Amino acid sequence: MSTFWSVFITVLVIAHLIGYALLLHGTSKMPAGSKIGETTGHVYDGDLEEYNNPLPRWWLWKFYLLIIFGFIYLALYPGLGSFKGLLGWSQYDQYAQDVAAAEERYGPLYEKLASIPIPELAKDPEAMQTGRRLFANNCAVCHGADARGAVGFPDLTDGVWLYGGTPEAIKTSILNGRHGVMPAWGATLGEEGVEQVAAYVYSLSGRSAPEHLTRPGAQKFATICAACHGIDGKGNQALGAPDLTAGVFMYGGSLEAIKTTIRDGRQGIMPAHRDILGEARAHIVAAYVYSLSAKEGDNHETGGGIVQ
Amino acid sequence: MHEFIEKNIGLMGLLIFIVIAMGGLVEITPLLFQTQTTQPAEGVRPYPALQFAGRDIYVREGCYNCHSQMVRPFRAETERYGHYSVAGEFVYDRPFQWGSKRTGPDLARVGGRYTDDWHYAHLMNPRDVVPESNMPAYPWLAERTIDGEAVAARMRAQRDYLGVPYTDEELERAAAEVDGKTEMEALIAYLQGLGVAFQNKR
Repeated sequence: MSTFWSVFITVLVIAHLIGYALLLHGTSKMPAGSKIGETTGHVYDGDLEEYNNPLPRWWLWKFYLLIIFGFIYLALYPGLGSFKGLLGWSQYDQYAQDVAAAEERYGPLYEKLASIPIPELAKDPEAMQTGRRLFANNCAVCHGADARGAVGFPDLTDGVWLYGGTPEAIKTSILNGRHGVMPAWGATLGEEGVEQVAAYVYSLSGRSAPEHLTRPGAQKFATICAACHGIDGKGNQALGAPDLTAGVFMYGGSLEAIKTTIRDGRQGIMPAHRDILGEARAHIVAAYVYSLSAKEGDNHETGGGIVQ
Repeated sequence: MHEFIEKNIGLMGLLIFIVIAMGGLVEITPLLFQTQTTQPAEGVRPYPALQFAGRDIYVREGCYNCHSQMVRPFRAETERYGHYSVAGEFVYDRPFQWGSKRTGPDLARVGGRYTDDWHYAHLMNPRDVVPESNMPAYPWLAERTIDGEAVAARMRAQRDYLGVPYTDEELERAAAEVDGKTEMEALIAYLQGLGVAFQNKR
C-alpha cells in the first residue's frame, strides 16, 4: 500500500473516532437553562410527549468504552493503513499456522497408514473408515456414495476393471488419472456396419443376437475392434479397453447404447488426483477402493476378484 | 450547535451523508488503486469467447444463488477446494460471481475437477450422478444455441468500456468460435476454466 493511502486511511479512521467522542461529549450535557424532566413540548396522538433529557449515563459510558476498545484494537491488529499492529497478527500467518497445526496432527497418521501395503490396509477397519470418508469427499461425486458408479462412470465394486484391479493399478489410476479413448467408428463402418458390430458385441456377453448380423459383425470386429479389445473381446487393461465378455457395460449394455458407443465413440476421463489428495491419502483411498471388491484368497498380483 | 444542526434538515442530511460515507471512503476507495486488486494474478487471462458466453449463462440461470466462487483462507476450505481465492483472479469478472450462499459447493476451483461428460450428465439431471443432490436440472441448455454476434458484441463492450485486454484478433474470431454451439457446451467450458490458473496449489 502506498504511503498516501496509508495516511489517508489512518487519518480518516482516527479523526472519525475522535469525532464520535466529541459528538458524544457535546450531546451529553444539558442545554443551558433546561432541566431534567422537561419535555420538548411536542405532543403526538393526543397524549404522547417526549422528554428532552440527555443520553442515559450507562449508554453514554458504553459508547465511550467502545471508542476506547476501537483504539486498543487498532493498536494491536492491522487496521490503520500499512501499520501491522503491535501483535503482528495477519490472516496469512493465521492460515499458515492452522495448516501447519493440522499437518502436525494428521500428517503422521496418514504417513503411518501410507506405509502399510494396500492389501493389508484394506483389512484394517479403522483405516477403511478414513478411506470411506476420503472417498465420500473426493470420489463419490462420480462413482457414487456406494461406489457403484453411474452411466459413464465405472462401478468399483463389481471386480471388473478397465485399467486393472491390482493395488498398484488402482493407486496409479487415482494419482495420475486415466483417459480412455474409444474412437468414433460411425464414418468407417456405416450405419449397417455399426448395427452388425453392435449385434456381435451384444452377443459376446452371452446374449443371443440374429446370426445374419453377428457373422459379418464378427469379421468387422476382428479387423477393427480386436486391435484394442482383443480377438476374443476380452479387452486390454494396458489400454483401458474394456472386456466385452464380462457383461459389464459402463455406458449401458443395451443394443442402442452399444450402437451409440461404436458410432460416436467415448472419452472416459478419470481426473488425476495427485495434487488434490497427495500421495498418502491416495494410498488410503486406493486401499478402500481395493477393499470394495477384494475377497479372501485373492491373488494380490492380479488384483481382487477379477472376472476372467 | 446541536440544536442548530437539529433544526436545519439540509445541513443534518449533509453531515449524516459524510459520516456514512466515511466507511466506504476508508474501506473501498483505496482498493480501487491497489495493484493487488486491479492487476490479474499470474496466469489469469480474459475469458475466451466460449467461456465468456458460458459465464453469461451462469449469470442468467442464477447459479450464484446457490454456488459461491470464493475459497476463503481457512484450512477446512482449502482442504476441500484448493488454494484460497485471491483478488487478482477476479479482475476480468464483471461482475464477480463470489456469491454469499452455498446451497451447493463452491465453484471457484471446479475447473478440471470433473470431466465434461460428468458436467453434461449432471446438468441434464443432477440425480443421475449424485442421487442425494437437490440441484435443479437444466436440460434446455443442451437445446439452445448461442448467437455468436451477440457474444462478440458483449466482449467488445468489455474491452471498450471496461478495459478488458482482448486483442482485435480475439474479437474477430469470437463470433465464429461460438456461433451455433449449445449453451451447455459454453457453460461446461466456463466451469472447466474456473480457477485453473491457481489449481492444485496447496
